[in-house]
Amino acid sequence: MKPRFNDVATVRSGLKNVNYLADDGIAGVVYLADRLGKPVLIEGPAGTGKTQLAKSVAELTGARLIRLQCYEGLDESKALYEWNYKKQLLRIQADKNSDSWSEVHDDIFSKEFLLTRPLLEAITSEDPVVLLIDEVDRVELETEALLLEILSEYQVSIPELGTITAKQIPLVFLTSNNTRELSEALKRRCLYLHVDYPDLEREKEIVLNKVPDISENLADQIARIVRSIRQLDLKKPPSVSETLDWARTLMLLGIETIDADEAKETLHILLKYQTDIAKAAKELSVTK
Amino acid sequence: MPVLDLMSGFIAELRNAGLPVSLTENLDAMEAVKVIPIEDREAFKYALGATLVKNNAHWRVFETIFEVYFSLRGPEYAITKDGQPDDFWREMQEQMDQVKGQGEGKGSGGGMDSLTPEEITAMLMRALMSGDQAMMRALAKQSVQRFAGMEPGRPVGGTYYLYRTLRNLDLDNMLQKLIDANREMSKQELTSLEERLEKDEFESRIEQFKQEIESEIRRRLVADRGAEAMAKTLRKPLPEDVEFMHASRDEMQSLKKALYPLTRKLAARLARKRRHGRKGPLDFRNTVRHSLSYGGVPADPKFRYPRPAKPELMVVADISGSVAAFARFTLMFVYAIQNQFSKVRSFVFIDGIDEVTKYFKSTEDIGEAINRVNTEADVVWVDGHSDYGHAFEVFWERYGKDITSKTTVLLLGDARNNYHAAQSWVVKEMAKRARHVYWLNPEPKSYWNTGDSIVGEYGAHTDGVFECRNLRQLEGFVENLT
Ligand SMILES: Nc1ncnc2c1ncn2[C@@H]1O[C@H](COP(=O)(O)OP(=O)(O)OP(=O)(O)O)[C@@H](O)[C@H]1O
Ligand SMILES: [Mg+2]
Repeated sequence: MKPRFNDVATVRSGLKNVNYLADDGIAGVVYLADRLGKPVLIEGPAGTGKTQLAKSVAELTGARLIRLQCYEGLDESKALYEWNYKKQLLRIQADKNSDSWSEVHDDIFSKEFLLTRPLLEAITSEDPVVLLIDEVDRVELETEALLLEILSEYQVSIPELGTITAKQIPLVFLTSNNTRELSEALKRRCLYLHVDYPDLEREKEIVLNKVPDISENLADQIARIVRSIRQLDLKKPPSVSETLDWARTLMLLGIETIDADEAKETLHILLKYQTDIAKAAKELSVTK
Repeated sequence: MPVLDLMSGFIAELRNAGLPVSLTENLDAMEAVKVIPIEDREAFKYALGATLVKNNAHWRVFETIFEVYFSLRGPEYAITKDGQPDDFWREMQEQMDQVKGQGEGKGSGGGMDSLTPEEITAMLMRALMSGDQAMMRALAKQSVQRFAGMEPGRPVGGTYYLYRTLRNLDLDNMLQKLIDANREMSKQELTSLEERLEKDEFESRIEQFKQEIESEIRRRLVADRGAEAMAKTLRKPLPEDVEFMHASRDEMQSLKKALYPLTRKLAARLARKRRHGRKGPLDFRNTVRHSLSYGGVPADPKFRYPRPAKPELMVVADISGSVAAFARFTLMFVYAIQNQFSKVRSFVFIDGIDEVTKYFKSTEDIGEAINRVNTEADVVWVDGHSDYGHAFEVFWERYGKDITSKTTVLLLGDARNNYHAAQSWVVKEMAKRARHVYWLNPEPKSYWNTGDSIVGEYGAHTDGVFECRNLRQLEGFVENLT
């Protein structure tokens, strides 16, 4: 298969064109995933652009995004495929007298009676796709096993039907908030990317890119204040989404330069816990 | 040396440091270096990391080893004697003279010796003030050359050279000098917020400069001693191998991060034990799905798993001096556990015992909780030296009746009882009532039951005593609960 990207710099600039600001680490791993044909497991704090990366790569490569949202209790029938049992029952009933059971059996376990779920859909797709398995840490450890075959072989085995192999190797992204340790087996199959809070420059770029009409000066100030707040020992430091929410709010309020009072009055957009807000408010008004 | 040759030593060192690099991952890394050029340093580093490091807690150890094996190499990094500039230094010198000439209006000239330490410090201050990256890098090199006093083959570690370099630059006072200069230079009075942000910016630049210096020293040491020897000198334990009893502040910080996922796992394990053998309500969809293999007859009914009930936990922890560092960790552990269990009660003791559940419940700030435990909990009975026997007796008297068949009891401590009466009957009674009693001991196994340790006497009544010196062992304990 032809590589999707020429080099790491192309990935980085391409992502920038679709408004995703990557650093060399992120771009390097995306590039590598394409070259080695391996899935990427993305971990990191909430709201740092893990999900968005998969979406943006899809946009960049002109691929369709197929998303499997994980949750506790997700099973095979929601992730991979399910037999359309209502239709099957009807078929059995309709042919009660004519066909032999073995004929009926072969018939009702054919593709016509198969309901495709995201994972199967991703590998059977004719057009290019990006597969996003979002928040994989939410499924039980046992359920992870469902993913292993598709992640290493890009195929799905259906007992009644045989093995279905991918027509093309899609780019696959898994995200995790690290609420539990993923299995070694899963990790071994993936490239690992830890996405952390962006540095000052990148965060400023993100704000400039995502918030229409914001001035360079305000974006810079926002990024600086957020950096200072993240250095405090907080229960939940502000994420990139919260930085963006804050920037939009300041724009709505028509603020051009932030002073300490305005910062304090709008802190609740940046921080979710009362104790964190109090800590940050105190910190911002005192020079040490 | 070609990249592929460096790789085997590099991966061997990762394994030496304790990183679990599997064969597949090794092969993936070999593929990775074929497609990403080493000149693309950041991308190259992350590509290697993506194939070899699957746990973010291992990243720092990885980075250090990466730097040693793939640091820039070449004759310019050889340790030369003062006053014998090679080409590289001549070039640097010219650069410096230029900058100096612009800044001060003085004529250039003289050798490198003409720059006094004061002048270098002044140049550094200007570079930090304006955030001039190239200049900061150049000055880092220059400072190491001038001040570190490095000599080939000398068997001292990098920290010594770092200390010497930083002291000569008076870096401790640099922050204040920058702040003062900034105040003077600004046209209007700075608001407190502005000052605060400037200060953070300066701090980050100084930190960056320090790291430049460290890298420079490291590069030179690698050039002098070779990567392998250097990696060995720098080897640090992974967070999960750090001994609780001897953890530094920094290390405690990284342990804290690892705790949350671990307590989740603990909760899951304790919950799972309970659901064994029980069946939940009929799973209709699943039954029908399977019935199709039998021509639509629901021959094989499927059941849902019952929702696991939330387990109850009592943590009883020694916080005496002999386990001080461990106690700090224990309290963080208790705090993290609080989120995972519907019912956790925590108790701390020295020679007296007190319940501290409320301190953890009433605040979201772990620092505050630990502080309150340390200052308010009533744990001293006579002299503040461990007396397990008395603490256990009081525990039994006050809280024993609260232990039920749903309770798991975790006892944490070294069981060093100062030769007091053991009162091990309490543990025996606990075990009778509780679902499980486990003992976690932060001491190496070889010390158990030596001197005044009587862990064996207590342990005989429990479901097991586990060596718990580091996170890896704590994880092992949690893992084996199934
Ligand atoms: N590097 C980036 N470039 C552009 N936008 C970004 C970047 N990082 C984050 N964002 C923006 O921040 C928001 C949060 O991103 P996203 O939802 O992808 O986070 P996440 O890491 O998946 O969070 P969660 O763990 O909560 O699912 C989005 O609006 C996204 O567009
Ligand atoms: Mg997400």
